[in-house]
Amino acid sequence: MAIPDLVPAPLLNTIAIDPTSDAIVIAGATKVFKKSRPLLSRLRQHKGNVEDERKRNVLAVDHIDLTVKRREIVGILGANGSGKSTLIRMLSTLLIPDEGSVSIFGYDVVKDEATVQRLINRVSVEASFFKKLSPMENLLYAARLYNMSGADARRRIRAILTRLGIKPERIDAPLEDMSRGMQQKVAIARAFLTSPIVLLLDEPTTGLDPRSKIDVQHFVNELRDVHDATILITTHDMDEADALCDRVAIIDKGRIVVSGDTATLKRAVADLRGLSEPVSMNDVFMHYTASHLITEEDVQRYGSWEKAFEALEAQREEEE
Amino acid sequence: MEAGRKPSRRWKRNAKRKNKKNKEKGLLMSALIHQARASYAFFERNWNLTRRYWAWEIVWLVYNVANALSITFLGASAQSWGGKGIDTNRLILYLLIGTSVWSYLSVTFEGVTDLITMERWEGTIEYTFMAPISRFTHLVGSCWYAIAHGLLFTFLQLLVVGSFFHLDLGKANYGTAIFMLLIGSVSFIGFGIAASVLPLLFTERGSQMSYIVRALLLLVSGVYYDIHVMPAWMQPLAQLSPATYVLTGLRAGILDGAPIWSPIVWNSTWPLIIIGLLSVPLGIYIFHIAERYAKRTGKLKRNG
Repeated sequence: MAIPDLVPAPLLNTIAIDPTSDAIVIAGATKVFKKSRPLLSRLRQHKGNVEDERKRNVLAVDHIDLTVKRREIVGILGANGSGKSTLIRMLSTLLIPDEGSVSIFGYDVVKDEATVQRLINRVSVEASFFKKLSPMENLLYAARLYNMSGADARRRIRAILTRLGIKPERIDAPLEDMSRGMQQKVAIARAFLTSPIVLLLDEPTTGLDPRSKIDVQHFVNELRDVHDATILITTHDMDEADALCDRVAIIDKGRIVVSGDTATLKRAVADLRGLSEPVSMNDVFMHYTASHLITEEDVQRYGSWEKAFEALEAQREEEE
Repeated sequence: MEAGRKPSRRWKRNAKRKNKKNKEKGLLMSALIHQARASYAFFERNWNLTRRYWAWEIVWLVYNVANALSITFLGASAQSWGGKGIDTNRLILYLLIGTSVWSYLSVTFEGVTDLITMERWEGTIEYTFMAPISRFTHLVGSCWYAIAHGLLFTFLQLLVVGSFFHLDLGKANYGTAIFMLLIGSVSFIGFGIAASVLPLLFTERGSQMSYIVRALLLLVSGVYYDIHVMPAWMQPLAQLSPATYVLTGLRAGILDGAPIWSPIVWNSTWPLIIIGLLSVPLGIYIFHIAERYAKRTGKLKRNG
């Protein structure tokens, strides 16, 4: 079933977009968070204590460069705390990068914040809603913020929610009575409702059952194929990344350690391990996010990739 | 233009200019419609939240009525303390106006600050802040619901508390009372917006911290007493609080029947206009700075 209700959002009509330009350009983006300290500890602190200052700094995103072309679906893969969500929040105008620049169709997320906000929407890992309100009330609120009239919004909300498998009688019931998976579907509907041309999906299918995951994947593909959207998705689900993404970038400790299409990456890791068949995306992920990048010398030294991985992980645990 | 004739260069230029002007007008109109819709979105959302949390509204109303009654009963018992010759009716009304303004200010303030807290708790704060709307629309949209809610709430409280006493309201000028509350609301909104920075920056206790702003405003404004009974150093602070002028104007209207155009009401109105004109843009500016800080330090996220 197609998504007939997704027409370009009225806000997009007033923005000049160069169709030949890249959809997302991230150049040297860096974000450091400072851990807060209790007031007494601040008063006791000696000036210029560089070591303490360094410990308080958490480098969430470390000089990331990434370009996403128009109509591309790119996956960002990384372990918990690797910097994926920070990157998405910088693209969403919710975080200001400390260094570097981030732009959407040439519009800078800091300088042209209002324009960028018209082009994007986002789904985060938690379905964030007023839980006492119904899906209709929550989405109507979102639709009005994106300049939709009440009647038009109500029609589109019903169509999208039904398309995502929400029963009509649940549309006007409080969200708190819905399962986590259902709530996540409503969150996905909120992002699709405004027909963004860049969609940022931060672990959108976490908590969904396999059927719902496939529904969402079809929906994402359709959004790109029929509505020309560009999609950046972060996920832990390697099968999902394999099925959905044209290209993936693996991020570890705030840095992109490798990027490319999934087939090439699987082949490269298989070659490194001396296997004739391509490995799985799980293997690719484990390989590039291991505590120590396993080289050909390591494989020779320990006998196999698996043994090298185990030995190096044990070594890291010992050090910690 | 006649058919079959080529348009002159001047005509073309004029047509182009006219088209550009119409386009600009169209864009401006479209932007205004967008901001109006967004502003209504906040009103509608807040109304829906009030409906869903109706039990909490009743609890809050009972609490405020009990508070107001305990204060107005003080007035009713003044004669029994030895305060012979006291006009009890006037004293009760004086205190009743004080409790009503306290209630109104509390409900309006909470309407603004609690929404930031609630949005943070529910996690919707990020979605509201990444929506393509101006902060002015966001804050004013939340505030005009807070005013309507505060007025209705205070009116209900007045009805209930008033029913406990046989008050003589023969002289009361209700037009002046409503006028003073509405004019004062603009300033309260300015202070409310500035105070809503606290829950934005202090994720856990920001909402409670905003109580101090409200409490200080009311302390220096003569809610239950004349400001002249305060120590001399505190009295200039009363001149900075919009609640002082609202209370003076309201009391003049309800107790003495002063019309809007009377000197005493005018002397309370113009300072309110000035405070309103200054506090709303200043509140929005403070909020803007706090928002930038929150976006730099990563404080704009879910907490709960």
